[in-house]
Amino acid sequence: MAATDMTACRMREALRARDLSAADATAACLDAIERLNPQVKAFLSVDAPAAHARAAEIDRRLDAGDPVGLLAGVPVAVKDNMCTADGQTTTCGSRILEHWRAPYNAHVVERLLAEGAVIVGKTNLDEFAMGSSTENSAFGATCNPWDLARVPGGSSGGSAAAVAARLVPLALGSDTGGSIRQPAALCGVVGMKPTYGRVSRYGLVAFASSLDQIGPFGRTVADAALLLQATAGHDARDSTSVPEPVPDYLAGLEEPVAPLRIGVPRQFFGEGLDAEVEQAVREALAVYERLGAELVEVDLPHATDYAIAAYYIVAPSEASSNLARYDGVHYGYRSADHKDMIDMYMRSRSQGFGDEVKRRIMIGTYALSAGYYDAYYKKALRVRRLIRRDFDQAFEKVDCLMGPTTPTAAFRMGEKTADPLTMYLSDVYTASANLAAIAGISIPCGFTAAGLPVGLQILSGVFTEDRLLRIARMYEHEVDWASRTPPVCEVPA
Amino acid sequence: MTAPELIPTIGMEVHLHLKTRTKMFCACPVRYDVRPNSCVCPVCLGMPGVLPVMNGRAVELAVRMALALGCTIPGYAKWDRKHYYYPDLPKNYQISEYDQPLGLGGHLDVETGAGVSRIGITRVHLEEDAGKLMHAEDGGNYSVVDLNRTGTPLLEVVSEPDIHSAEEARAYAEALRQLAVYLGVGDCNMQLGQMRCEPNISLRIGTGSDGKPRYTPISEIKNLNSFRSVERAVAFEIARHRDACAEDPKGYTLERLGKSTRGWLDDQETTFLQRSKEEAHDYRYFPEPDLAPFVPEAAWVEGIRAAVPELPRPRRQRFVRDYGLPQYDAGVLTADREVADFFEKVATATGDPKTASNWMMQDVMRVLNERKIGIADLGLAPERLADLVGLVTAGTINRNTGTEVFGKMLAGGRSAREIVEAENLAQTSDEGELQAIADRVIAENPGPADDFRGGKEKALGRLIGQAMKATAGKANPQVLREVFIRKLRG
Repeated sequence: MAATDMTACRMREALRARDLSAADATAACLDAIERLNPQVKAFLSVDAPAAHARAAEIDRRLDAGDPVGLLAGVPVAVKDNMCTADGQTTTCGSRILEHWRAPYNAHVVERLLAEGAVIVGKTNLDEFAMGSSTENSAFGATCNPWDLARVPGGSSGGSAAAVAARLVPLALGSDTGGSIRQPAALCGVVGMKPTYGRVSRYGLVAFASSLDQIGPFGRTVADAALLLQATAGHDARDSTSVPEPVPDYLAGLEEPVAPLRIGVPRQFFGEGLDAEVEQAVREALAVYERLGAELVEVDLPHATDYAIAAYYIVAPSEASSNLARYDGVHYGYRSADHKDMIDMYMRSRSQGFGDEVKRRIMIGTYALSAGYYDAYYKKALRVRRLIRRDFDQAFEKVDCLMGPTTPTAAFRMGEKTADPLTMYLSDVYTASANLAAIAGISIPCGFTAAGLPVGLQILSGVFTEDRLLRIARMYEHEVDWASRTPPVCEVPA
Repeated sequence: MTAPELIPTIGMEVHLHLKTRTKMFCACPVRYDVRPNSCVCPVCLGMPGVLPVMNGRAVELAVRMALALGCTIPGYAKWDRKHYYYPDLPKNYQISEYDQPLGLGGHLDVETGAGVSRIGITRVHLEEDAGKLMHAEDGGNYSVVDLNRTGTPLLEVVSEPDIHSAEEARAYAEALRQLAVYLGVGDCNMQLGQMRCEPNISLRIGTGSDGKPRYTPISEIKNLNSFRSVERAVAFEIARHRDACAEDPKGYTLERLGKSTRGWLDDQETTFLQRSKEEAHDYRYFPEPDLAPFVPEAAWVEGIRAAVPELPRPRRQRFVRDYGLPQYDAGVLTADREVADFFEKVATATGDPKTASNWMMQDVMRVLNERKIGIADLGLAPERLADLVGLVTAGTINRNTGTEVFGKMLAGGRSAREIVEAENLAQTSDEGELQAIADRVIAENPGPADDFRGGKEKALGRLIGQAMKATAGKANPQVLREVFIRKLRG
């Protein structure tokens, strides 16, 4: 079996058994990247020599029988909004940080290194994680491996596409309103947004601080569990990370959750939902029913329309603040021609940021302005509490909620770029989980007639990732979507 | 029509650096004596991806100060972001406490020549300081930024507009500094920028037709870094407001002109306009999402309250009441907490507070002032000074010799007794020996002796002086006095 076809868990076993060397695993990934990245454009930067050197070091440790971590020798990709002090740039998909090299490692990058992972490169994203298609990247869009004319979703589109195209078995993404789950659905992979506070945000370049959360991509539920295991846990440098013990996510993964009551929110099957997507999701629900689960229709009155409205106040407000630091003074892009200080600020930011980022900075600046704060930001926080209450009430009755991750399968490049509001609705089913701080996952649940993947979203309460993964695994065990290979991989070598 | 009475109405915002080892939200040391940009890290540089972590010690010191000012500590305080663009603020927002500060509603008693007045404290809150921007000294078209100060824990104390004169404004700032230093909350070295004052000045013009008081526009003077400049700048503004009011009594009002921000030119002794009402910032405050709200436990607050030491004013009153010290002496001895502690140790060890106070006022304070040092640097433990005082009280040495010995104790490590013995300084109280000396002095100074016999009390002083000279200062002046009186009158 080719290393690139292995799941991370399978690769891990092969590495430990010394049936596969880290050098070969890394070489296979780098080779795949070299062949396919020009078409998929998932990676913004790849440091092949460093990856080779790192793999050789892990091999030495494995050969010597030295203690190695959970991910020893496994190649991993990191979204380019997480700081790496390895000399590669951390661009956030923005001109304003095009040449910026972080002087420190993000907590998750430290964790990956401590667990023996080989970080092969940094993946593409919508600028500062603002978008749902990666078309907002300053360095060009990523293509969906299932149809290169379509978007991979976003903002973690590079990470999702890299895993889908089998360039790496694992990748990290960040999810602010659906930025892991939505591209996972569109690329036919597993993507998880853990509970807010489960994974440290230290070193994740902030978009919207109260919503951002780092999470794993893998081709299977077990792979996502493995990467979550390696990165979760308290970090004193992030005051919002929670000192909740990290369970062993892999240990009980094969154990079904029984009895299982699944809530099916009425609001997740409303207007705008594509018929093929709905059918695939209904079939997945039927699989759970066959497994003995009880389906219960539930009401989340605030979780769709109000969620998008509240999200597009809270996220831009925090973004307008978080992005204030990119001013050309201390680091990053500075406009060459300026008359004075204010002019330098204005030109550097006008030239350094793309349209969508500017749009959100303006929305956020407006919403936080004196006289508007109560009407917008404060009200959005109240809506946020109502959404959380909707979920709390639902989770009193059911173990999890299920529905489509996205209203449609992958859309065409350029299809929604002219209309930001249409693009924003890509997150209609996902944003509420961020506002409520709960855990969510998207797993593949079929394909459209055109061969595009469809994602099933499962949501569960705070710090119930272990149960959420087990529920996801129950379905995965019954189907075989993960063995399908996107057409781009089948091009003769 | 008589001109309306104009009453200066002044509130003050004071920023103090807290005395912490590390910065407010990162582990960088707080240092003032290092090269620019050497105490910085990704967090205080505001690098992409960094997050703040609250300095618990800073919060503790802030609560201590708030409690000493009589503030209540609400059970919930939160952090907010205050946004403005400036190159000394790398994130372009400052983490502060906007509408829910950690201390509310206290007061500070202030003394001036006019008496004691109680100045209300509106609020006390914590925030982070910005860096320093220095414009090119070579006249070049650039500025340089030093971010060592960025993130230094900063306590802001906001007063009510209860201050009514320049003298009172200064006294308030001085009292606040004394309190902060007393509590160990801050060093408040104004040259180092550890304390900055921003008075808000307005004059009450009288009462409008609606019965509500009317005011001149508020001017806030930024960043005053000496007590002298506080007093002068406030006096200047009061005079400027009076003139403006005289020129345009109807137009020069708060209603019409609002609040402006002004700078102070120390060398020219004048203020200048920095920002008018129209140019005021919209800081776009919102709750800091990277930090949890501060919810102090009642027991924790009570622990800090219990550890607040006795404050300067009550302590002074106690010194007057319990030790019988003059107001002035009590004031000097309580101005500095360590001096007061030192004095109390000497007073306890000697059992004679008044004598201890005399030694402090005459000998200890003189040396501290001459050498411009704190009492910790005196190099003398209070117990050793008490030993010296004991030698004088017991008559082993006289008072003048005591001062001499005190100087020698500071110079070397020897105790008072060692010095007295080694240098043979013990005074002569032996009556037989002193009678012989008295006889000789009377014989050699018949004039003063006759004068005293004739009733001139003052002549006795001259005789004693001569006898002290003859014994190289070692005679016990008390015994000597009695010997002379017996011989000349007995």
